[in-house]
Amino acid sequence: MTATVGQQAQAAARANDVWKVYGSGEAQVIALRGVSAEFERGRFTAIMGPSGSGKSTLMHCLAGLDSVTRGTVSIGETTVTGLGDGGLTKLRRDKVGFIFQQFNLLPTLTAKENILLPLSIAGRKPDPAWYDTVIDTVGLRDRLDHRPAQLSGGQQQRVACARALVSRPEVIFADEPTGNLDSRSGAEVLGFLRNSVREHGQTIVMVTHDPTAAAYADRVVFLADGQIVSELIEPTADTVLDTMKKLDTPAEVGN
Amino acid sequence: MFRATLKSLLARKVRLILSGLAVVLGVMFVSGAFVLTDTLGRSFDSVFADGFSEIDVNVAAKPKVEISELEGEQTASPLPAAVVDRVTQVPGVASATGIVNADGARVIGSNGKVVTSFGPPQLGENWTGESDLLQLREGRAPQAEDEIVINRALATTAKVQVGQKVGVLTAFESKKREFTLVGVAGYSGDRDSIGGVNEVFFTTPVAQRLMLGEPDTFSSVTVRAADGVSDEALRDDVARTLGADFEVKTGEQVAADASASLKEGLSFFNKILLGFAAVALLVGTFLILNTFSIIVAQRTRELALMRAIGASGRQIIGSVVLEAIAVGLIASVLGLAAGIGVGALLAFLFGKLAGGLTLAGIGVPAAAVIGSFAVGLVITVVAALLPALRASRIPPIAAMQDVATPDRPLTKVTVAGSLVTGIGAVLLFLGLSGNAGGQTLATILGGVLFAFIGVALLTPLISRPVVSLLGAIFSWSVPGKLGRLNSGRNPRRTAITAAALMVGIALVTGVTVILDSAKGSISALAQDTIKAELVISGQQGGPRPPSFDPGVLDRTKALPGVQLVDGEYGDMARIDGESTWVTASSDIASLRQIFGAKATAGDIDRLGPTQMLASSDTATSRGWSVGSTVNVQLTRGEARTYTVSGIYESTQLTNPVTLPATAAKDFAIPQPIQAFIQLAPGARVADVQPQVETLLADSPEVSVADRDAFIKQQTSQLDGLLTMIQILLALAIVIAVLGIINTLALSVLERTRELGLLRAIGLRRGQTMGMITVEAVVISVFGALLGVAVGTGLGAAVVEALKDEGITDLILPWGQMGVFLGLAAVIGVVAAVLPAVRAARINVLGAIAHD
Ligand SMILES: Nc1ncnc2c1ncn2[C@@H]1O[C@H](COP(=O)(O)OP(=O)(O)OP(=O)(O)O)[C@@H](O)[C@H]1O
Ligand SMILES: [Mg+2]
Repeated sequence: MTATVGQQAQAAARANDVWKVYGSGEAQVIALRGVSAEFERGRFTAIMGPSGSGKSTLMHCLAGLDSVTRGTVSIGETTVTGLGDGGLTKLRRDKVGFIFQQFNLLPTLTAKENILLPLSIAGRKPDPAWYDTVIDTVGLRDRLDHRPAQLSGGQQQRVACARALVSRPEVIFADEPTGNLDSRSGAEVLGFLRNSVREHGQTIVMVTHDPTAAAYADRVVFLADGQIVSELIEPTADTVLDTMKKLDTPAEVGN
Repeated sequence: MFRATLKSLLARKVRLILSGLAVVLGVMFVSGAFVLTDTLGRSFDSVFADGFSEIDVNVAAKPKVEISELEGEQTASPLPAAVVDRVTQVPGVASATGIVNADGARVIGSNGKVVTSFGPPQLGENWTGESDLLQLREGRAPQAEDEIVINRALATTAKVQVGQKVGVLTAFESKKREFTLVGVAGYSGDRDSIGGVNEVFFTTPVAQRLMLGEPDTFSSVTVRAADGVSDEALRDDVARTLGADFEVKTGEQVAADASASLKEGLSFFNKILLGFAAVALLVGTFLILNTFSIIVAQRTRELALMRAIGASGRQIIGSVVLEAIAVGLIASVLGLAAGIGVGALLAFLFGKLAGGLTLAGIGVPAAAVIGSFAVGLVITVVAALLPALRASRIPPIAAMQDVATPDRPLTKVTVAGSLVTGIGAVLLFLGLSGNAGGQTLATILGGVLFAFIGVALLTPLISRPVVSLLGAIFSWSVPGKLGRLNSGRNPRRTAITAAALMVGIALVTGVTVILDSAKGSISALAQDTIKAELVISGQQGGPRPPSFDPGVLDRTKALPGVQLVDGEYGDMARIDGESTWVTASSDIASLRQIFGAKATAGDIDRLGPTQMLASSDTATSRGWSVGSTVNVQLTRGEARTYTVSGIYESTQLTNPVTLPATAAKDFAIPQPIQAFIQLAPGARVADVQPQVETLLADSPEVSVADRDAFIKQQTSQLDGLLTMIQILLALAIVIAVLGIINTLALSVLERTRELGLLRAIGLRRGQTMGMITVEAVVISVFGALLGVAVGTGLGAAVVEALKDEGITDLILPWGQMGVFLGLAAVIGVVAAVLPAVRAARINVLGAIAHD
């Protein structure tokens, strides 16, 4: 099944018949089996699915962090598949932002330095107006000189979000960004992500386990056993939960 | 990026301090060596400038045999007194004074022992009156034959006072002669000595007879220029008047030349120190390499995160190298500073040892600064390059994976290690077998270096079985078992740490094997060949070997129970233009019998006044055969022609050339320096030895010992050398210990979480410390084992190569090796203290939450 929603918007990221096989022989694991998907610009897409269904793998492949076994991946105009290290580095610098579940920040740098790190690595100056907007949106102005260890988990994730946003990448990939947070901090981070999509046209692809989190997205793509099996537009927590339940009983998926 | 690097550097400063310390120590050695030699060099300059300040122009006879500073003191040949008059006649000369000035005036102190010197000459001179430089501090000038004046420094060491009788041995009389001390002299600026030189002043005729061996001769003529005459102009005038047989120099030239020859010795010394610095730095390189590798491994996720957010591989390399540069720079600055301190301290000690050398101010030569920074930076950066490369290969995805990068297979390192070891072995073989085409030393050193690096590369492979075997000793306890598993956990890390220790221990072991073998071989040969029950000899302290009154030889011969006496003289001569060590024997037939010499050609039982004997090696290399005539120039007298009348078989104990006893009067030291005494059958050593001792009462520089004591005394010089090398190499071992501490500290840090878990499930503090200690001991003993093995191999190879030079027995210092292994265990325990305490203090809750 191919996700084909939102053809009017141009795709920020695209997977075309992507296969990912780990190992060989006995130990062979097929993590992705011919996944094709488009992630439209200016939208917030969630990827869901049971544990081991290949969500993280798909995201890593989309972001150029991992290579695909077959098929192609592209970000904006750039075809990721086949890029060398130099090309991938440039891609990560200019077009992609990341938010991980944990270990997002360098412990030795302050929040501000962490936020500006991608820009300083690329040797670019931040756009001051945009920087101020980002800082205000994440509400971290009074915490900028703190080190990660002095921040709560939620604050750390907000710093990570700010870092991803500040360079205005084509697409931000987030792998369970709220997985380590309580529901209130999680809601803060998710609300913030949604705002950046609504107000600033940011594209975000997020992997999550949590139906409530998925409800913040514009669209949810469901993975099972390495394949896209279903999707929801304008999801609510309830519709997501329903779909998840169906996935747990494979007979009802019916395709 | 730059900022991120510096920040992360600061955050890990503690980890870098230890590895930085290794560079600091190495750099300290380098800069210390330069500062020391520079300071001493300038001190010599000023000493000589001072010593010759009273001289405008100096006239000396050309020395018959040129001797380098490393071979001993130069002996000037005397010039006739008439030269003084000829110089006085030269227009522009205000005054010309004949000076007697020769090494070998040895004062006997109030304790009956000869005052020795460790370097500066012991000059015997004629008293030519006070000057701006030299003044009497007490008493008066010498006026009678038996009166002397000595300088204050000498009076102090000898503990003698004006008015006392003082015994003196002179260049031409190694038999004690008594003088009355009538005065004590000092120098301008209230100094007791110039550069630690001891001076004895006689009346001119006495000085001529005892110090030069001939009446009416002088060592040199010092000239003062008349007002308005330049030193250079006067020098040229005097030189023109005297002709080509004389060396005429300005006082400044003399000072510069004298200083230059000493500095030649210093630069040799400098090179030796730099050699040891190189060893220390090699070990330091291992340590830095290891530290950076561990840091990179620990920062894998951090570096991966950087890669994920856009850092290029080159930027990662850049950041690691930048860190290295920062560490290198700081370490170089500290090392330079420490080196200046150490250099100053050593110069001070040297000054004291040399009898009060007035030190010029401590200076920091450009070479020290450049050398320090070059070495410190280059070493650190080179050592960090490999880890940097590895860091750049970390995939960004590693940021999201908890799994540590799996240990890479050891195939590549092992292949590289075998290759490098092979190259080392080939170079060693070429160097030792003498096929290196003139680059023998460089080839051997290169071979040793390659061998070390090669073995270090092979070490990870060896470490698995050896470490688990060593660790098995401790496996009876849970902490011991855990410690053993930990040390086997990261073979590369364990290997490099152990390899650093290996270098120092291998060098010490190698040198010990070589020197012990040399000692053993020579002792065995001496035991077998020397058929003398008693030997007269003395311990050489300074440049001049001890000597004794030749009259003792005849008197010993006449003692009941004595069968043969062979007194030996020695000198550096020029034979057909080449510097050659020559000896003369008081009785050539005794020499032959005592040493059991075998003739390979001609007759070696007797020697006419113009005949000489040569060893078979010398004869071969110089192309002599019986009947060859050669031109021999001794330190004194005219050149003479000798005919080779016999050739004896070379052994380790034979001298290259033996001249007739009559030649000895022209030697620099015309007295015997050793004598071998063979007793008649049935005579007892215990009876004869005291009688010979009595005969030597007036020759306090030497004593009589039985053969075994003599052999021991001779070979004990090698012990001194060995001790010195061991002390210098100890630094390399200290750096290796730092390496062990560092590795353990980093490992503890890395395993914080795991240690917390162990503590949470009930491992006691003491057990935690025990676990770390076992790991340290296993690593250090492993390093020592490697060192002993590699060192024995290297030593054995050298000994094998020296077989033809007479080192026939390979003697392995088992005791020493045992000591090294024991020492390594102690080192391990000591190195473990800090990391173990740190591990034991880990907060259990905090550690489990540790990220
Ligand atoms: N490096 C790897 N080597 C081998 N197999 C892997 C590797 N990474 C992932 N897999 C396998 O690929 C499949 C998909 O893994 P992936 O991490 O994408 O799952 P996921 O959907 O993110 O699961 P979760 O919700 O638990 O994070 C799993 O079966 C996993 O075991
Ligand atoms: Mg996952």
